[in-house]
Amino acid sequence: MPSNTYYNEILTEHNLHPEHKHALPGANTALRGVNPSCGDDITLQLKVEDGVIEDGAFVGDGCAISQASADMMLDLIIGKPKEEALRLADIFIRMIKGEASEEEIDELEEAGALQDISHMPSRVKCAVLGWHTVEEIFKKK
Amino acid sequence: MEQQFEGVRGADTLDIASVREDFPFFAAQDTAYLDNSATSLCPECVIRTVSEHYLREKASPFRGLYPLSVQITEAYEAARETVRGFINAPEAAEVIFTRNASESLNLIAYSLGSHILRPGDEVLVGITEHHSNMLPWRMAAERTGAKVRYLLCEPDGTYREETLREALNGRTKILAITHCSNVFGRVNDLRRFAELCHANGTLIVADGAQSVPHMPVDVQELGVDFLVFSGHKMLTPMGIGVLWGRRALLEEMPPFLTGGEMIDAVTTDEIWWAPLPQKFEAGTVNTGGALALAEAIRYLGRVGFDRIQKREADLTRMLVEGILDTPHVRLIGSQDPAEHHGIAAFTVEGVHPHDISAIMSDGGVCIRAGHHCAQPLHQHLGIPSSSRASVMFYNTEEEIGRFLTVLRSIRGAMGYAE
Repeated sequence: MPSNTYYNEILTEHNLHPEHKHALPGANTALRGVNPSCGDDITLQLKVEDGVIEDGAFVGDGCAISQASADMMLDLIIGKPKEEALRLADIFIRMIKGEASEEEIDELEEAGALQDISHMPSRVKCAVLGWHTVEEIFKKK
Repeated sequence: MEQQFEGVRGADTLDIASVREDFPFFAAQDTAYLDNSATSLCPECVIRTVSEHYLREKASPFRGLYPLSVQITEAYEAARETVRGFINAPEAAEVIFTRNASESLNLIAYSLGSHILRPGDEVLVGITEHHSNMLPWRMAAERTGAKVRYLLCEPDGTYREETLREALNGRTKILAITHCSNVFGRVNDLRRFAELCHANGTLIVADGAQSVPHMPVDVQELGVDFLVFSGHKMLTPMGIGVLWGRRALLEEMPPFLTGGEMIDAVTTDEIWWAPLPQKFEAGTVNTGGALALAEAIRYLGRVGFDRIQKREADLTRMLVEGILDTPHVRLIGSQDPAEHHGIAAFTVEGVHPHDISAIMSDGGVCIRAGHHCAQPLHQHLGIPSSSRASVMFYNTEEEIGRFLTVLRSIRGAMGYAE
């Protein structure tokens, strides 16, 4: 039988019951992120006040990894200053490349459950989609 | 010319154990390979043909005046004759070797397109088409001022005769359509399509990539004007394909690629193109590929095409019935296994195809996930993407069983209660 090390309960739970997958009426910034080859397509919406992410959500479609990862990311970054969100996004992306330390991965909380994706080159783009999108949002500003 | 392709007579069941021994892949890989519509595996005899050719007798065909070059030229032309017999083309000069079906279709769209399309003309393209039989026509339309229109299929993949009749008009110069859809697995009645097209003064270009490897295809019986297919989907390495077209059309058409070997003479002011087939085979040709394709055709003949068809029909039935039996799984296309020709595309409720493919991969099964290079078809069907399992005669019931076992576990693996 399949041994899906990366389809763990944390991932499937965030995919089946994403807390942050909905439109965000008070959003003041939004950006679409797409993986053309897989069809993952999300729009990240944030409400940013005085450099702090007051609230966030996403809408779209894609594989379980892309959707769960975006949901976990929002769990982590809501309520944090944008610099902190960018620092965590950097840790996450390095984790997926296999370059983050265990202490750093601990900071990612549940999103650390995706670290096995680093052994799945074909799924890396799915995992980092939301995190790249948040980087793009703040780099544009 | 004698027809070189002939199925072996005798026992009507294929000896699967001995067939599997012909494919070293099975000894090397512990995986159920069910992505045959993307590319097939290679039997040892085909690879041996290629390696012997390049190791022991490599020389430039056509050009050299020494015996080895002449011998390679003869072997290359004999391969062309083998292909001619395989598809029952009227003459070998109508068989053009290309890189694959995509290149063949690009050649036709570019060359025939520039030859006959004028502003306001229409090219009718099946909505079931692989991008390789769609994008070249869109490019040709852009270059010539013609327009691409789509022939729409029913949800089960059938094309109604009425739809085609209504779509054809005085401006329709070309119909580009697949013989067998790489998503539905359904075979189109090209003979009837060709009659309707020709009665309307429309040429018909057929994509045989998914049909030629799996069923006897006779271009004269089909009545189409062009047929293309790829070697790599019928047991050869990548890089060899075929374009067959009617002589009268090929002669009128301008060359696609220009360069060496495809001219009779060149001066600073004038060019005399070489006769068929060399006019369309610029540059040093893929001799190894052509010899591989001829050997693949002989191999299919030795196994016996009638037995191959029977076995693939049995495997398809098991695959399709197993999919239909699995809760929360929807088969794309007909519910009748006989309409699937080795191909079963499906969706699993609530699970993205890339997750399906990943779980299959963990379970030791290779299948395709995505839009199968047929994005407009998926849009027409209202589904973003799908998964696809496809069989070939060398697959086993055990492999399909493994696929079905994993299929039944997918929803559970993704956290669904049932």
